[in-house]
Amino acid sequence: MANITFITTDGTSTTVSGNSGSVMELARDHSIEGILGNCGGVCSCATCHVHVAPEDVRKTGEASEIERDMLELDDNADEYSRLCCQIVVSDAIDGVVLRVAE
Amino acid sequence: MKKSALPDPFAAARLEKGIGHMNDQDDPVTMILRLKDLRKTAHNYKTFQSGATPGRIVVPSEVNIRDTRQIPFELDPPEHTAYRAAVEAWFRRPLEEDYTRALTGQIEALVNEVLQRDTVEVVSAFALPLQSRALTLLLNIPEAEAEIWISWGTHVFRSEGVALDGDKASILYDYIDEQIDRAIANPGEDLYSVLLASAVNGKPMTREEVRGVMILTFAGGRDTLINAITNSVAYFAEHPESLTRLRNEPEILNRAVEELVRYFAPLTHMGRVVTQDTEVCAHAVRADSRVSLCWASANRDAAVFDKADEIVLDRKLNPHVSFGFSHHNCLGATHARQLLRVLVATLAEKVASIDLLDHQDNIEDLDQFKRKVGFDSLTVRFHAR
Ligand code: HEM
Repeated sequence: MANITFITTDGTSTTVSGNSGSVMELARDHSIEGILGNCGGVCSCATCHVHVAPEDVRKTGEASEIERDMLELDDNADEYSRLCCQIVVSDAIDGVVLRVAE
Repeated sequence: MKKSALPDPFAAARLEKGIGHMNDQDDPVTMILRLKDLRKTAHNYKTFQSGATPGRIVVPSEVNIRDTRQIPFELDPPEHTAYRAAVEAWFRRPLEEDYTRALTGQIEALVNEVLQRDTVEVVSAFALPLQSRALTLLLNIPEAEAEIWISWGTHVFRSEGVALDGDKASILYDYIDEQIDRAIANPGEDLYSVLLASAVNGKPMTREEVRGVMILTFAGGRDTLINAITNSVAYFAEHPESLTRLRNEPEILNRAVEELVRYFAPLTHMGRVVTQDTEVCAHAVRADSRVSLCWASANRDAAVFDKADEIVLDRKLNPHVSFGFSHHNCLGATHARQLLRVLVATLAEKVASIDLLDHQDNIEDLDQFKRKVGFDSLTVRFHAR
């Protein structure tokens, strides 16, 4: 089981837990504001953009080339940006804090 | 070559030059063929604008048959952002449970009906009714209204041999005017009424703006969905193993739909007007000329997609641009995706196999390129499980 904290753009912090699927699906299941996941998780829509807390990057790993290319033109993107449909929920990411970009 | 295959006519030009050329009514278009260049261009609305003369960013150009600006499609930020924000929530309704339930009911009824028939011409007797009935849900109006749209046939803007037909288009425009009159006289819960009652930047939407949104909603969602539905049926006719697989592995449904949409690219390309002399892919383009974002080519870019010319049903990473990219990404995508998910799930559940009996390809003439985008007609026999 992993606990994951989402901080939305209005500053609201919500912690939810899960043990399978992607972080995008987990966020959508809990109606986290700003995570839409329109394409269902194939990395084609960029509606699940989050910023990983710097100290948590070692847990989540860094963005893949395809994610980076998707986000390259986004003014909100930075080195901590991920499309969270590409982060798998597992014990390995327990405790991470994600700031929702939109 | 399989009949359901859509060959990639852009491959050589994409690799060699990255661009193509098309003359369209003496307003030539430089087509952008690589995914990375396309994304950059789509994002850069200042240099590559949508808010030009109404109809000009469409290829073939509709400048001579339309004065109404389609909204939010033919606007640039910041106006675009405000209009889009005003309609965004409405176009997300397809995610609601009631909507999906109604859509499932419509699709199951239609599939049951075609399973009873000996032969079915898919474009006119399956894709068009399906698309039309589903649109009543998006507009939130009675399903019976779809019969009128079905009676228009598949070519609201096109008639045989003529790419653009003003008379046909006026059927749609006159119809929309009548519906706006009705909604003004008798406001309800439908999209016309909701738009008439909404405000953008503190100002009520004008009648002409409402007209612009409605024309776009009808036009943008018609040929695109009809192509996607018809191509899907052709694909499953030639790939019965994919139906079996989807039945056994329902968890790949979403990936399968995204992959079909990538491969089909139901909208081939869309234009922009260049506002200053610049370059695309190291080729000069002049101010006041046109470029197009060729979604169909970018989706086959081997620099990004493995086995780009194959349908890999469970493709995991699929950054396709069939629904566009950046500011103008498709507002109807939520509806289209939901429709295609329900359709594919229903076919997997109810259909054992499909015989492909007869077909007529629909080939777009893009000057330098000829692209098969789907079928003018496709006759099949559905077999129930
Ligand atoms: C598989 C079906 C569909 C495909 C492939 C598709 C494709 C596209 C593409 C590529 C764009 C971007 C155009 C641009 O960048 O200039 C777009 C925009 C748009 N589409 Fe779709 N579309 C589909 C279905 C629909 C449906 C069902 C509707 C509504 C009924 C719709 C309404 C719109 C609207 C309103 C826009 C403009 C959005 C904006 O400018 O902000 N589309 N579509």
